Amino acid sequence: MGTSHRLTDGAALRDLVPRVLASLVRRGEAFDAAEDALQEALIEALRVWPEHPPRDPRAWLAAVATRRLVDARRSEAARARREEEVQAEPPPGPVSDAGDDTLFLLFTCCHPDLAPTSQVALTLRAVGGLTTREIADAFYVPEATMAQRISRAKRTLRGRRLDQPGDLAVVLRVLYLIYTTGHSERVDLAAEAIRLARQLTLATEEPEARGLLALMLLNHARWPARFDAEGRVVTLDRQDRSRWDTRAIAEGVRVLQSALVLQRPGRYQIEAAIAALHDDAASAEETDWPQILAWYDDLVALTDDPPRQDPAAVLGRAVAVGHVVGPVAGLLETDRVRGVLGDRYRWHAVRAYLHELGGDRLAAGAAYAEAARRATNVAERDHLVRQAARVRASGA
Amino acid sequence: MPKYLLLKHYRGGPEPHRPVPPIDQWAPEDVEAHMAFQDHVSRLLEESGEYVDARALTPAQTWVRYGGPDAAPVTTDGPHPETSDLVAGWWMIDVDSYERAVELAAYVSSEPGPGGEPLYEWIDVREILWERPTD
Repeated sequence: MGTSHRLTDGAALRDLVPRVLASLVRRGEAFDAAEDALQEALIEALRVWPEHPPRDPRAWLAAVATRRLVDARRSEAARARREEEVQAEPPPGPVSDAGDDTLFLLFTCCHPDLAPTSQVALTLRAVGGLTTREIADAFYVPEATMAQRISRAKRTLRGRRLDQPGDLAVVLRVLYLIYTTGHSERVDLAAEAIRLARQLTLATEEPEARGLLALMLLNHARWPARFDAEGRVVTLDRQDRSRWDTRAIAEGVRVLQSALVLQRPGRYQIEAAIAALHDDAASAEETDWPQILAWYDDLVALTDDPPRQDPAAVLGRAVAVGHVVGPVAGLLETDRVRGVLGDRYRWHAVRAYLHELGGDRLAAGAAYAEAARRATNVAERDHLVRQAARVRASGA
Repeated sequence: MPKYLLLKHYRGGPEPHRPVPPIDQWAPEDVEAHMAFQDHVSRLLEESGEYVDARALTPAQTWVRYGGPDAAPVTTDGPHPETSDLVAGWWMIDVDSYERAVELAAYVSSEPGPGGEPLYEWIDVREILWERPTD
């Protein structure tokens, strides 16, 4: 049957995870026990559904997870030699919609008492419905390590009140972290981050949630052009723009516009606007740098002390200044964050780019080489070594 | 089967057989050939069923030791003496014999350098201890 095939296909099944989990927790089950029980139910579903597709997959998962919870309580009770007083069917929780469920679980998984690595892992499992194995693979750690990280995170949440609205800013940061680390590691979690952000925008009107979704879509649209056939990094100015995902760009622009009309700007909306301007240029030469610079001005204006509070924005703005005013002015801008970012490869890479833009190949070569020494991933390191060799050769 | 690390170094080891400038000062085509060879070695090891792992390390190095009770850890970020060893990365291989490990290390060392000529880089071959007796 088509339905069962779709369900065991992954995405549709995973969409049910936050709904079922939220319903279990809302009716009083402990978060960690409910999450374990649902994981077992999911494994059971993958085994049983291909042969016997359920009529109501969500009810099926909830019933099986509930049975597991009851079993777990029974054996615990037996171990303690206590009288068995198990309620087979806990009272149904209040009726909620999908948006509420997603938001509730995101706030739980992104609880401020958890470290970022734990927030990420828990969000991917409890909201994203990924298996521990998949998450472990994505972050290149042994499965046992990831399992331990998740169970420690759940233990931390034990006894915490989970009925308060959480901090949306933390949720947005966690989703963005999933997006960016997803790109750098073996398994592409970027698509997963986009899926979660899309769910979040259904749950909240907050324009920054839409801003984040737009930012991810607009950046991810360029991903197919970011590497050549040999896996080498291709910078924005050299990318084959026909390989950009125009549908993702169109959706990103639409989402961004729906956020901007609300007139409550924030960093994700602004960064998305900058990404949209890059996506909109038919060639690197046609990039609307004055407009990009104007958005960067807005971005750095969000904080009182940009070099300390948002040095990445200052560095990004330096590139725009380099194009609008000139490379020397751009380099002067980078000096403002030398103290904060001077040991990072990006700072040296931006300086190298601006030196090259200004025709100073000697300085560009040295800065690219310095950036390569500080790079934190092989693809970027190799790219920077190539850049150094290239500008040095062209200057000879 | 024994496992070995084939270690590459940023510096340290015996006197270089063929001293060369840093790679970022090579001709672009030599850089390409060198990098392509590294990928080729990983693929070759995978195809022969001897590949376990390959990793590269950044050259940043911090030495850390216990600072004593109620004291912060003691760290030295360098600069470290130019004579000290600095590991750049490794292949971990699972092979039939020590001889095979040496053969592979020599092959790694034949990687192209400036002018497309072999680099003759010294490769540090280290055997990995098993956790338990195997007999």
